[in-house]
Amino acid sequence: MTNFEYAPALESTAILDIASQYRLFINGKFVDPKTTQYFQTINPANEQVISQVAFAGEADVDDAVKAARNAYEKSWSKLSAAERGKYLFRIARILQERAREFAVLETLDNGKPIRESRDVDVPLAAAHFFYHAGWSDKLKYAGLGNDPKPHGVVGQIIPWNFPLLMLAWKVAPALATGNTVVLKPAETTPMTALLFAEVCQQADLPAGVVNIVTGDGSTGSFLVNHPDVDKIAFTGSTSVGKAIARAVSGTKKSVTLELGGKAANIVFEDAAIDETVEGIVNGIFFNQGHVCCAGSRLLIQENIQDEVLEKLKRRMASIRVGDPLDKNTDLGAINSAEQLSRITELSASGDLEGAQRWSPQCDLPTAGFWYPPTIFTGVTQAHRIAREEIFGPVLSVLTFRTPQEAIEKANNTPYGLSAGIWSEKGSRILWASQQLRAGVIWANTFNKFDPASPFGGYKESGWGREGGRHGLSAYLKGEK
Amino acid sequence: MRVDVKKTYKLYIGGAFPRSESGRVYELKDSKGEFLANPCQASRKDFRDAVVSARSAVTGWNKATAYNRGQILYRVAEILEGRTFQFAEEIVAMEGVNFKEAKAQVEAAIDCWVWYAGWCDKIASVSGSTNSVSGPYYNFTVPENLGVVTVFADQKSSLLGLVAGLAAVLAGGNTAIVIASEKYPLSAITLSEVLATSDVPAGVVNILTGYSAELAPWVGAHMDVDGIDVSGLSKKTEEEVRLAGAENLKRIHRFNQFQSLGRIQAFMENKTVWHPIGV
Repeated sequence: MTNFEYAPALESTAILDIASQYRLFINGKFVDPKTTQYFQTINPANEQVISQVAFAGEADVDDAVKAARNAYEKSWSKLSAAERGKYLFRIARILQERAREFAVLETLDNGKPIRESRDVDVPLAAAHFFYHAGWSDKLKYAGLGNDPKPHGVVGQIIPWNFPLLMLAWKVAPALATGNTVVLKPAETTPMTALLFAEVCQQADLPAGVVNIVTGDGSTGSFLVNHPDVDKIAFTGSTSVGKAIARAVSGTKKSVTLELGGKAANIVFEDAAIDETVEGIVNGIFFNQGHVCCAGSRLLIQENIQDEVLEKLKRRMASIRVGDPLDKNTDLGAINSAEQLSRITELSASGDLEGAQRWSPQCDLPTAGFWYPPTIFTGVTQAHRIAREEIFGPVLSVLTFRTPQEAIEKANNTPYGLSAGIWSEKGSRILWASQQLRAGVIWANTFNKFDPASPFGGYKESGWGREGGRHGLSAYLKGEK
Repeated sequence: MRVDVKKTYKLYIGGAFPRSESGRVYELKDSKGEFLANPCQASRKDFRDAVVSARSAVTGWNKATAYNRGQILYRVAEILEGRTFQFAEEIVAMEGVNFKEAKAQVEAAIDCWVWYAGWCDKIASVSGSTNSVSGPYYNFTVPENLGVVTVFADQKSSLLGLVAGLAAVLAGGNTAIVIASEKYPLSAITLSEVLATSDVPAGVVNILTGYSAELAPWVGAHMDVDGIDVSGLSKKTEEEVRLAGAENLKRIHRFNQFQSLGRIQAFMENKTVWHPIGV
């Protein structure tokens, strides 16, 4: 195997001005947490401390909700829809202006390659604000009745895999539809949300429209259970999603949930193999596999298995794992020690249950959290690595003989977030896309996202959609 | 004097009319407190049987074209119309309204059914979309059936609320298990006779009579139920259903309008498909 040597091409962090401590963003100002507690956020690529971040307790969450309620009643709902939209346009523009800063900070805090934060996360986050800005004064055309109403105060809890992008997915539609927001970023990746708070200040967004409370699961729980929150929007694990559904079962709170997945990526015998191999790699190794819709179950038609696997292994050997700030890096750091141990434990179950592990030769850095790109072959439907979400760079490979068998295996999961189809035959693609029980189907592509494209899952992958016209209904009260 | 031939009111599961496996019935009184009938008091096992039947009917019901489903549902309205007097007489007995009012409810229910029947082949145009994504991809969103939906029929009307709940679920391509109104169950059973003699495939609709609050926890907890219309439940029972339903994240909704697009959309999933554009 040819070993290409690349000189390091490090993105500079000089653009950042990171404070030693960050406070909570409530009512347009940074305030001390009533808990008086702070927690560290670290760079998962080298375990160095980035900064100290305020820990929001129940009283802090209460302050944030009060600020959001006050803003909803006194300023945000009084503003005309067109003017509301202009604030979102402003935010979109400032995100574009400060794109490099956001990209570098995201990579530091999350561990994802700078190539991805620069080319995917940040531009898409800006696009989400730009797209939703234009919806603000057109909501009567959204198919939810002539005068759809916002919920009021929305509590939003987001994960660590796409910190800024998930913020944008949540905040942009909520504001466009006239709600105010209390957002809780993930414990391990609070930094870009706090930088976003500065963007809100620069945009002169009315105080209290966006409030950001950093903390852990307990902070999120205070938000979910706060009696003055009208709606909860959550992205994260299915188990926490179910706990939220239980917590609000006796309330009037509206809920949308974006949860886990175990997507099948189906390769039919007539697929264009080279493109497919690129798609498989993008499907599972994009963002270290920390993607709820990752193509983590590869289903290959049996007669082309050898060719696909050979080419896949050759391609995997050229994946560069290492410093996320290096522009050549393909696979960055695992986000946390906790996530690394989960990936390690689930992968070990693959070995124990009899699947065959393969990884290319690659040197992992000594500090930080790392996992090599890995595939398991000889996986059966019953294996844990075929059923549970690994949320890491680990691919389970299964085979099938007939298209019907592919569909049955693909749908044999409680999840239903996404699926992939690789085939050069149009009618087969359309047939398979109809049969698959998943909310997003990528045919001859994978892991594509766009603010205009509704995203969300069937079955235990969640409630509701984000993005597109369909995503608006999550934040508006429609007729039914 | 001729002695009336009275009807035994049974359940409707998988196209057949079984009694409850539990052997239980409950005494139904008319509006004046006189004995009216002994409808079945369906059990957990009856409900589970109904789910098996509804699940097995999902694929077939969705293999039919939307146009065909629309015709099948319209056919139900035709047969309903011919039974107007029978439904009206049952409504008079149960609700205590006069015949004119009862007939008006039957007619409203038939019109409601026709309204939903017409949605089958239009919902995708109205509820779906093509999406302008920033790149060379064709991207569209289509609504699809959710699967198996349990409908707790409205308790306040005999036929109209029942029809609104059921027809909306069927128009979206789902199969249904209806838990009839406790006080007014006869319309549901007579409706099942209509369904059995129409072109609706066996299992697409299953109808149980009995105590909603007794069945509700089993409905909430059943892992092969995808959605629940809780319009016919008390708030307290609804909460129990929501709590149990969280285990597989059932789609649970309460409705306050008989005819609304939102009722259909609530029990549909939206699927978005991407494909590259290129030569």
